[in-house]
Amino acid sequence: MLILTCPVCGVTAEETEFHAGGEAHLTRHGPGASDADFEDYLFMRANPRGVHFERWRHVYGCGKWFHAARCTTTLQVFGTYTAQTSAPPQEILDKIADARPDWTPRTPG
Amino acid sequence: MSEPVSALHGISDDHGLVRITELGPRGMITLRGDLASSAIKKAATKGTDLSLPGPGQAVLSGDDGVAWMSPDELLVMCAYDDVQARLARMTKATQGKHALAVNVSDARAVIEVSGTRAREVVAKLAPVDLSPDAFTPGMFRRTRMAQVAAAFWMHDDTTFRIICFRSQARYVFDLLKVAAQPGSEVDYF
Amino acid sequence: MSTRLATGGRLLSKDKALSFTFNGRRLRGFSGDTLASALLANDQMLVGRSFKYHRPRGIVASGAEEPNGLVNMGEGGRFEPNQRITTTELFDGLTATSQNHWPSLDFDVGAINSKLARFLPAGFYYKMFIHPRPLWKHVYEPIIRRSAGLGRAPTAPDADTYEHFHAFCDVLVIGGGVAGLQAAKAAARSGARVLVLEQTPHWGGRAPVDGGTVDGKPVDKFVEELVSELADMPNVTLRNRTMGAGVYDHGYVLGYEQLGDHAPEKPGPRHRLWRIRAGHVLTATGAIERPLPFAGNDVPGVMLASAVRDYVVNYGVSPGDRTVVVTNNDNAYLTAIALKYAGLSVPAILDARVLPTDSPAMEQAKALGIRVLMGHAVSSVKGGKRVTGVAVCSQSGEGAVLEEIACDVVAMSGGWSPVVHLWSHCGGKLLWDETQAHFRPDVDKAPIGADGHGFVTPAGCANGVMQLDAILADAVQAGEIACAAAGFRARHSDAPTAEPSGETPMTPVWMMPQGAGIKLRSKAWLDYQNDVKVSDVQLAAQEGFESVEHAKRYTTLGMATDQGKLSNINGLATLAAARNVAIPQVGTTTFRPPYTPISMGAIGGEARGDVFQPLRRTPMHDWHAANGAEWEPVGHWRRPYAYRRSGESTHEAVMREVRNTRDKLGLLDASTLGKIVVKGPDAPRFLDMLYTNMMSTLKPGKCRYGLMCSENGFLIDDGVVARIDDDTFLCHTTTGGAERIHQHMEEWLQTEWWDWKVHVANVTEQYAQIAVVGPNARTALERLGGMDVGKDALGFMDWAEGTLGGFAVRVYRISFSGELSYEIAVDASHGQAFWDALMVVGADLGAMPYGTECLHILRAEKGFIMIGDETDGTVIPQDLGLDWAISKKKEDYLGKRAQARSHMADPTRWKLVGLETEDGSVLPDGAYAVAAGENANGQRNTQGRVTSTYHSPTLDRGIAMGLVLHGPDRMGEVLEFPRLDGTTVKAKIVSPVFYDPQGEKQNV
Repeated sequence: MLILTCPVCGVTAEETEFHAGGEAHLTRHGPGASDADFEDYLFMRANPRGVHFERWRHVYGCGKWFHAARCTTTLQVFGTYTAQTSAPPQEILDKIADARPDWTPRTPG
Repeated sequence: MSEPVSALHGISDDHGLVRITELGPRGMITLRGDLASSAIKKAATKGTDLSLPGPGQAVLSGDDGVAWMSPDELLVMCAYDDVQARLARMTKATQGKHALAVNVSDARAVIEVSGTRAREVVAKLAPVDLSPDAFTPGMFRRTRMAQVAAAFWMHDDTTFRIICFRSQARYVFDLLKVAAQPGSEVDYF
Repeated sequence: MSTRLATGGRLLSKDKALSFTFNGRRLRGFSGDTLASALLANDQMLVGRSFKYHRPRGIVASGAEEPNGLVNMGEGGRFEPNQRITTTELFDGLTATSQNHWPSLDFDVGAINSKLARFLPAGFYYKMFIHPRPLWKHVYEPIIRRSAGLGRAPTAPDADTYEHFHAFCDVLVIGGGVAGLQAAKAAARSGARVLVLEQTPHWGGRAPVDGGTVDGKPVDKFVEELVSELADMPNVTLRNRTMGAGVYDHGYVLGYEQLGDHAPEKPGPRHRLWRIRAGHVLTATGAIERPLPFAGNDVPGVMLASAVRDYVVNYGVSPGDRTVVVTNNDNAYLTAIALKYAGLSVPAILDARVLPTDSPAMEQAKALGIRVLMGHAVSSVKGGKRVTGVAVCSQSGEGAVLEEIACDVVAMSGGWSPVVHLWSHCGGKLLWDETQAHFRPDVDKAPIGADGHGFVTPAGCANGVMQLDAILADAVQAGEIACAAAGFRARHSDAPTAEPSGETPMTPVWMMPQGAGIKLRSKAWLDYQNDVKVSDVQLAAQEGFESVEHAKRYTTLGMATDQGKLSNINGLATLAAARNVAIPQVGTTTFRPPYTPISMGAIGGEARGDVFQPLRRTPMHDWHAANGAEWEPVGHWRRPYAYRRSGESTHEAVMREVRNTRDKLGLLDASTLGKIVVKGPDAPRFLDMLYTNMMSTLKPGKCRYGLMCSENGFLIDDGVVARIDDDTFLCHTTTGGAERIHQHMEEWLQTEWWDWKVHVANVTEQYAQIAVVGPNARTALERLGGMDVGKDALGFMDWAEGTLGGFAVRVYRISFSGELSYEIAVDASHGQAFWDALMVVGADLGAMPYGTECLHILRAEKGFIMIGDETDGTVIPQDLGLDWAISKKKEDYLGKRAQARSHMADPTRWKLVGLETEDGSVLPDGAYAVAAGENANGQRNTQGRVTSTYHSPTLDRGIAMGLVLHGPDRMGEVLEFPRLDGTTVKAKIVSPVFYDPQGEKQNV
């Protein structure tokens, strides 16, 4: 059972206080979007072995959504950061680079 | 209008390790907005001697109190009968600002757990470090207790006050009774 | 025979005699005994029958690794099967019975299986009982189930209570032996919060039994001083009778505390599950001695050498008068020496090794006059229900008997395996130690924590460090590593010194004798509990089950309740030899928590009885309960299904409620409906995105029914939205939708439109909401008085604030029944009083409460959909004929793009219609309308299904709604719906609005 630090309220808590929300940094495609874009948005999810960016909600705490950068194999948490961003901040990318020098960001799509 | 009736009619139980009491009707107002703005500060504290709490804190004085719920939400506590007046003041203070003040007094219940073993009784139900070094009066924690959402603070060194949803008050009260059953001392803190 | 010695027994209080029963026989023991030691003291070596062959089985071990000594404990609400006697503390009045035999322990009919053992090899069941197929269910399985299995399942509800406790510490030490205690001290010196768990009631582990000195003091004295020193440290907590059950992600550990098992009369919970979050975990879990695989090693009286020593030293029990020790290491000599000092006879030590010089232990044994036979082994054990002797052979041969030695105990030692379970639970890797022939933690490959660093450190025997002096040094080092890893500065202090033991190395022995033939091998047990022999594992390898995980499942090696604590390494070595590869190439099976079985009660904790789950109660709950409510669970809410009067069936009550509401006046507790305030300059725009219809055009003071879809286009919720003012809306959701839709709103506001100025608040429980429904509704409210609720002042789909009968209320003129209807919200703290007031003014107007089933019928008669009945997560509003509630003007709303997909616009989607049975009966819920032909699976094709179905008292016939292929275009057609009993019912497609299609009743 993971422990995560909510970057919004600063509380470090066990997983039962949180709710996982799947892959982070999706781009919404609404009316007018191509079938392919819409399919990507609605259904296609990265399921990497290793570094992953996820959405979490501090559901039993401050109620806010946030993002976590996490390794899906070792469960190392590289950092948590605001949900109000469309890409991981540099500080998080640096932490990942420190821990996983061989890692390269996945190109979206 | 009738006399207000709280979820559990103010019942208490002291057969176990602690005394458990439902505190009866309490005034509670959810105030949302920009916590850094003077309007919100005014709305939350005007007419009291309170200051705004920081993250994870509650500032309390008598019936009055302000608890930090999230970066854009405070819980303002007051006497039940003061709620309408406080709401009116808040609405005035936040006039023209993007803010929300709603009465949630009746949506919640406040349950007090008191006694020297209050920490360990609450720690049986909440996944929170409640050792005296980690949790002290002045702090305010939103978390879960067993299967429901709850928030609590310490009124003093041996007293917790727990806020839960009104509909779940009976569940939380009964949970606390189980957690406080005689013979269940933990002696960890 | 086994018996109590006149002296010895360091754990006993001989002034406290206890009485207990085993298989009805009244026996005596002492405080401090385990059930096993007390049974041995009463000459009860035979304790059970084996799982498959029903062979007589005796006590093998003295701790958690015991495979045979499993009994039924207790009676009634305290009955529990498969309790391990070696870890069960004796208490006065304990009752136990043995398991897995019929008719009695001494004479078991099932033992015939043992004679048939040759025909019951590994995989026998798989091979034998496959054909013919039908026989499995009715013949094979019932017979096998009766003859296999261990204890009986309890029949009475558990009489005890259980609880959880959330504990946090910097360093968690699992194991209270010398290593754990010493490591705890080293860690605690840094100021770190240290919690030490020990599964037994005693501190110090095996060290006090094995003897020696530390810093010039006897070991038990050293332990005593260390424990009292730790107990005095404010930052240290010691918990005995608490097992570290499992190690999980990010320093999460479960501890299993047995509070009441040894003292059932004590009030309070029986078990406590500690949910521990540790900065660093130190596993000082010791080691377990391995049996030796030789023929007849399962005969009662064959025991682990360490266990024999434990019984003598700890419990003052002699397992037998004459003990032959068989070993491949020095450690077992301690047993021979301990037996000698206790005045018992040790006819011989059979040491499989051939060594150039004697070790100190050998010298000591010889000096005590014990005959030591090097290079010797057991060819076979003599005896049935009790050892009578051993046939001795040379280890390097094939088992030719050199001599027979009479004895009643065989003390065996095949070396020691570190308890690596807790190290391994969360991914710690192992390496094979050639010298000591065991797997031990590879400290460079520890389980990884949240910060990417290892969070477990092993210490002492659990780390493969087996000698006292080295154990103490290792423990200090581990303690310092652990506190540093938890963020503290270690304050170094040298380890205490113990005199080196000077042991000579062990020699691995995986088969005894080395060249044993099939006859011996098929009597040499690996797994006592699951009856797996050396020959079974060899057969598995021969049949191609080469992977250790496959061989395990094929043979069931290590799959019993002891999870192979004794058998796994010997099994792996046997498999490795059969495959002709090295042991590390075979690898281990996966170690999974818990370390030993823990009670289901402890896992459930407080969640039983009244607090099994959180039942949510409305402000009028008690009134409902007092007035005949039968409850319907709606999520965690309990809502009245119907209010049954005396002499009435539930169905009759529902019919009465419907008729009364249509004719007079019904009151519904609608408090559970979700109520969410949405406020801000962007609130109109936000609601336009959330609802399929246009909410921004709603005027303050008005209500509008709205639909919400997921991004996938499917209908997820519906409800009435009231505009409070320009910036503020109050959105009603379904009962089940309150939390879900609130979170849905927050999610979009926080993660997509975070620049929109909108605040939401879930005020569901702030209000008691009461629907006042029926022709007399207005009269009732007018009698309360205070605000104008007349047709003109408060028209259909209007809302207003005011007072009624002195209560501050918000009144919504909305209707889910087709009747004149007001939904009135009052602060929850006044809900009951307001309800009472309505009952009073409504008394002569026919006011009656109605429940959810009545609500359903009222809405179904009107053709109103219900989320969860007409929808199932695959239904779009268009399927339900709700196109009128889907804005064509809006550029975007959640679900709009999805609904533009080709299959969403497919004309063959099933659409909502009403269904009327020809015979007036009620269609079965969920029934399918059959179509011509069959599908690819040979099933009848379908063309529709029933989504809601009721008996309508208003129309006095069955009415239903359903989704039907081209339904709205097929009015008047008749469909066939098969019933479960094989008959078919015919129903005509009609409009879903069965009652008052013009809406005349609600618009008065």
